[in-house]
Amino acid sequence: MTGTTTDDVRTLAVPELSLVVLVGATGSGKSTFAARHFRPTEVISSDFCRGLVSDDENDQSASGDAFDVLHYIAGKRLAAGRLTVVDATSVQPESRKQLVRIAREHDVLPVAIVLDMPEEVCAARNAARPDRADLPRRVIQRHQRELRRSLKNLEREGFRKVHILRGVAQADAAVVVREPLLNDLRHLRGPFDIVGDIHGCRSELETLLTRLGYALTRDGEGRPVDAAHPEGRTAVFVGDLVDRGPDSPGVLRLVMGMVAAGHALCVPGNHENKLGRHLGGRKVQLTHGLAETVEQLDREDDAFRQRVRAFIDALVSHYVLDDGALVVCHAGLPEKYHGRASGRVRSHALYGDTTGETDEFGLPVRYPWAEDYRGRVAVVYGHTPSPSATWLNNTICLDTGAVFGGRMTALRWPERELVDVPAERVWYEPVRPLVSEAPGGADGRPLDLNDVTGRKIVETRHLGRIAVKEENAAAALEVMSRFAVDPRLLAYLPPTMAPCATSKEEGYLEHPAEAFAAYRADGVRQVLCEEKHMGSRAVVLVCRDADTARERFGASDGTRGALYTRTGRPFLDDKDTAGRLLDRLARCIGDAGLWDELGTDWVLLDAELMPWSLKAEGLLRNQYAAVGAASRAAFPGVLSALEAVAERGVDVAGLLGRQRERAGDAEAFTEAYRRYCWPVGDATGGGRLDGVRIAPFQFLAVEGRSLAGLPHDEQLALADRMIAAEAAAPYAHRVLAPTRRLVVDTEDEASVAAGVRWWLDLTAAGGEGMVVKPLQALARGADGRLVQPGVKCRGREYLRIVYGPEYTRPENLARLRIRHLGHKRSLALREYALGLEALDRLAEGEPLWRVHEAVFAILALESEPVDPRL
Amino acid sequence: MTTTGIPGSPATDLGFLLHKHPDKAQQFSTSHGTAHVLYPEADDERCTAALLLEVDPVALVRRAKGKGRGGAPDSALAQYVNDRPYAASSLLAVALAAVFSSAFKGQSAARPELPGRTRPLRIEVPALPARGGPGLVERLFAPLGWKVTAEPVALDERFPEWGDSRYVRLVLEGERTVAEALRHLYVLLPVLDDAKHYWVAPDEVEKLLRSGAGWLEGHPEQRLITDRYLTRRRSLTQDALERLALARLAESDDTEPERLDNAVDDEADTEERPVPLAVRRREAILGALRTVGAARVLDLGCGQGQLVGELLKDPRFTEVVGLDVSVRALRTAARRLRLDRMTERQAARVRLFQGSLSYTDRRLTGYDAAVLSEVIEHVDPPRLPALEYAVFGAARPATVVVTTPNVEYNVRWETLPAGHVRHSDHRFEWTREEFRTWAEEVARRHGYGVEFAPIGPDDPEVGAPTQMAVFHRNATAKDSGSTAQNSDRTTQDGDETVQGRNETMKEAKAA
Repeated sequence: MTGTTTDDVRTLAVPELSLVVLVGATGSGKSTFAARHFRPTEVISSDFCRGLVSDDENDQSASGDAFDVLHYIAGKRLAAGRLTVVDATSVQPESRKQLVRIAREHDVLPVAIVLDMPEEVCAARNAARPDRADLPRRVIQRHQRELRRSLKNLEREGFRKVHILRGVAQADAAVVVREPLLNDLRHLRGPFDIVGDIHGCRSELETLLTRLGYALTRDGEGRPVDAAHPEGRTAVFVGDLVDRGPDSPGVLRLVMGMVAAGHALCVPGNHENKLGRHLGGRKVQLTHGLAETVEQLDREDDAFRQRVRAFIDALVSHYVLDDGALVVCHAGLPEKYHGRASGRVRSHALYGDTTGETDEFGLPVRYPWAEDYRGRVAVVYGHTPSPSATWLNNTICLDTGAVFGGRMTALRWPERELVDVPAERVWYEPVRPLVSEAPGGADGRPLDLNDVTGRKIVETRHLGRIAVKEENAAAALEVMSRFAVDPRLLAYLPPTMAPCATSKEEGYLEHPAEAFAAYRADGVRQVLCEEKHMGSRAVVLVCRDADTARERFGASDGTRGALYTRTGRPFLDDKDTAGRLLDRLARCIGDAGLWDELGTDWVLLDAELMPWSLKAEGLLRNQYAAVGAASRAAFPGVLSALEAVAERGVDVAGLLGRQRERAGDAEAFTEAYRRYCWPVGDATGGGRLDGVRIAPFQFLAVEGRSLAGLPHDEQLALADRMIAAEAAAPYAHRVLAPTRRLVVDTEDEASVAAGVRWWLDLTAAGGEGMVVKPLQALARGADGRLVQPGVKCRGREYLRIVYGPEYTRPENLARLRIRHLGHKRSLALREYALGLEALDRLAEGEPLWRVHEAVFAILALESEPVDPRL
Repeated sequence: MTTTGIPGSPATDLGFLLHKHPDKAQQFSTSHGTAHVLYPEADDERCTAALLLEVDPVALVRRAKGKGRGGAPDSALAQYVNDRPYAASSLLAVALAAVFSSAFKGQSAARPELPGRTRPLRIEVPALPARGGPGLVERLFAPLGWKVTAEPVALDERFPEWGDSRYVRLVLEGERTVAEALRHLYVLLPVLDDAKHYWVAPDEVEKLLRSGAGWLEGHPEQRLITDRYLTRRRSLTQDALERLALARLAESDDTEPERLDNAVDDEADTEERPVPLAVRRREAILGALRTVGAARVLDLGCGQGQLVGELLKDPRFTEVVGLDVSVRALRTAARRLRLDRMTERQAARVRLFQGSLSYTDRRLTGYDAAVLSEVIEHVDPPRLPALEYAVFGAARPATVVVTTPNVEYNVRWETLPAGHVRHSDHRFEWTREEFRTWAEEVARRHGYGVEFAPIGPDDPEVGAPTQMAVFHRNATAKDSGSTAQNSDRTTQDGDETVQGRNETMKEAKAA
């Protein structure tokens, strides 16, 4: 069928990615031919593999293992997208069958090149090789017989191209030409405007193309027949031009015109495919909106229908564009199918990965292939209607349900900008609502284990791809499953924060001068010093009422939000107290007028809850207080014994002095933790708030908006308004606590000195310390990278709780100064970016699993091995 | 340690006994810091020797750090805030044996007759960590002939509501040889401390036998002493490494690791010591599975693999999958089931993997039956719907067996205080009525039928201690409907493949 030109010079076409099988008797010159036309590494010979497994290239008893090796190498090469030539006799159908199977498994085309040489030639060549000199003549004869029998069957066996070279002259004169596949348009670099599913919505398409800057050309009847972009951009249609909508022929006319004029490319959708079969005279069910198209096409003339048929027939399943950076297809394509050609590649490109099951609406259940996608190549597709187009693992679905009354969406490439227009009306009622009642939120799919476990990559807008290791995900899974609040209420976890660089100041491990200097070096001029409260970190979701909590977050038990710790655990075991606290916060937000001002019915707050002993009582009793108790029990005896020894005239002055200092350190340690402990509630219990204080310091998100970019002074101003509202109301106990602050200009020495003084005063009065943050959130350095969102400067006394009672002793400080901040800083940035991502996803109304993915990753990263004292 | 003079031996002979001169301040370097031996008093009447171990807290952490990669194998010892510098722990015991090694062996080169004599001794330990409290201290020392005074130390007088600390101030008085006294302390200090980071060296059994010679064999608490002394023999570091990630999460949340890492109870329901009710439960579950003829079974929340082990004993269960959210539980299960020593044929029947019923899980589809034995009560009620969906909506095995405690029966447990749940991790315990309501609602929503059975003695008033529900999936109209849809789609798909092949031909032609 192929490749024949003249008898003298044969041009053998070989697809750039294919499995080339040489077929010929022993001595027919396969290896020589292969060496002449292919690179040495492209050729795998059975002789070589025989040598690999048996040390003897002619050991026929090793053939079985040798071919296993050969097949394995061929498979690996094809999986990597490399042309592969198999140099073996391959004269028997069984041996070729396996090679065809391997080609199919990797979705590449098998090609046969047959070397049909006279028996005498083969015999002479073998005789010239010492290792083959005594090969019986009958072996060559058998090969020849098998070869001849095979010739007519090769295409039936699955070879897409068969080149037969007869005689030495023809074989010597042959030229191999590598040809690209139809789907390979890597040389086209755009820029492109990729348009999502249209479904006969011609009017919306015209609007969208106009918005994109295309000028429409109309025929005599005013129908658009072409559109061109003044800057030479190319439109790319992801398919599903037809069905369901009001004017499928109109859409076809425009798109076909654009493709013919070279202004557009188009890949087929499943709806074109079915329409093509209908037009080809096959019997197909006129369902899913095809009936409308057929009816509309009936009003067109036959020539138009023939043009449509030819157009659809010529469509190629997918395109690889822009130097291989972009793949466009209708229903998405995993990386291993990019640039490949096979029935299943086309099937996936048209239908996606269907599981073979149908859901309760009779629609095929689709495997979410994009969730597993890890490729560097962007995949742009349509097919699955969803409320909005969002990037997921470098893939994006542009079907935003225009025909169902949604929007029609286009993606500008390489700008990655989305442009969309609303549907003019609901043209077709969807069979399945875009959301279902399964627990899992708006996307109609509950959380799946694959969303979170194993090694994961989370795409973030602020820091790119962030990896989560498997063992960290495993630990997070246990905590998330057993201890966390309902994931629907857990929209955020606070990132860890790095301390400032280690200070060399005598007697200090941490000192604010380092924090100011670091931000100055990053080019951050204005920083905000925020008092640290030494409570426990708490994230609070407060809804205006229980209805909001139920409708927006799926809260089932009548709560109006959630109050949880930095690992997502409910903050208070006592639901009653938690409820009162949420009520109080909601009332203060309301009294401050913030619900209306922020245009929201819920607020996500980052806060510090006090006292520390409220949550950490177990730790306090078993570790901190215990150490204090042990020291108080030990030292009186130690000191009196040493004093007695000294009185006996034994020189223990050094030892005694040291023990007195240690006793003093232990006392200071006890004082340090005691500051953060006080009783709460009253003796009768019953969920009283007495003694509980909460200091909100950041409004993280509200409906439709992440507030993570709001400058920190404005953040605190919002908190101040809540506090003022509480103060103005007649509550018996105030719950809200203010956060003291100071703005420092890192370039101004006097301002920096004032900042240091402020911190010294704060910590001298028993304060934990402070956090220094760039005043403007989301600050980036001169190199464009995110800077640390904040660093902590902990007070000298407070650090006894962290580094032990005796850490201030010079010999201890000297050693403790050797601490490695690199990992902690990197971790802080990664968790910060994940937190921002979670908030963005939440604000944009993305499905639960997308928000949860980012939140879960924060928890997993928290189990990375970092010095816990940092 | 104080002694008084006895006939023929002044109190200062303590110096000969301990091999340390009373008029010198001596110091010795030990593996965890400097040990000082001093004599606050030394005359013929009374002589007191004091051992002071100056633990270097920074070295303690940094040393521990080197053991595991990137962090200490045991987070408690890795804390700079540590009682080791103040409390009489195993570190002191080790120092004791090292500094007084001849006395420990009962040798005195200068005065060989002294070590064999008993003499009045008074030993004071100002801060002794004592798990088990003063009572246990008394039980351990009194049988050895000591008059014991053990006063608890308050945790923090500022917060009296916190109660006593785990430390006691210990005074022992008695007539013993110095060597005996040292050996008692050497063994019993770490036993009382019972710290998790008491690293046991391979020769620890030898040491225990040597130091315990003559007194341990007859000791009424011999079992407890040897258990505690040797209990951490099994690769402790390994154990700690397994839970490192979890410990870090606890740490970042100001929580003790034990509060999160509580999925494995090494004491209860072991092969050697099975809990009778657990045995009854497993019998009932196996019975239910056999009745429905299940062969491929999921044990969801398999814990330490007790049920998995029972299932494997019966060849009719051809595939058994144990799923748990706790990696540590799964490791324990693998160890108990001896997975690494199973024949290939046996091992092919069983798989253990981590998973969580808060999430749907494709690996769980297509099984005959799923067992949730004592699982649902460990899930917070607001998160039960997700579990229901994962099991009954997504995995959809033909049979689901659920067991859970019957809270009504709790009044029959004599040891259980009123109003308490049976396990600290139970998020709820249901009455029979509550369980029935839940199960029937789940069955209705997901197309199952359900029947109930009691497990354990069925009390006429309060029912059985455990309640079981067995769910059977209905062959619903919806199921048959989707089958029809499927066949419809198959023809469409078949068509598709032909079309696809044509396409490929076309691309090939053009290529």
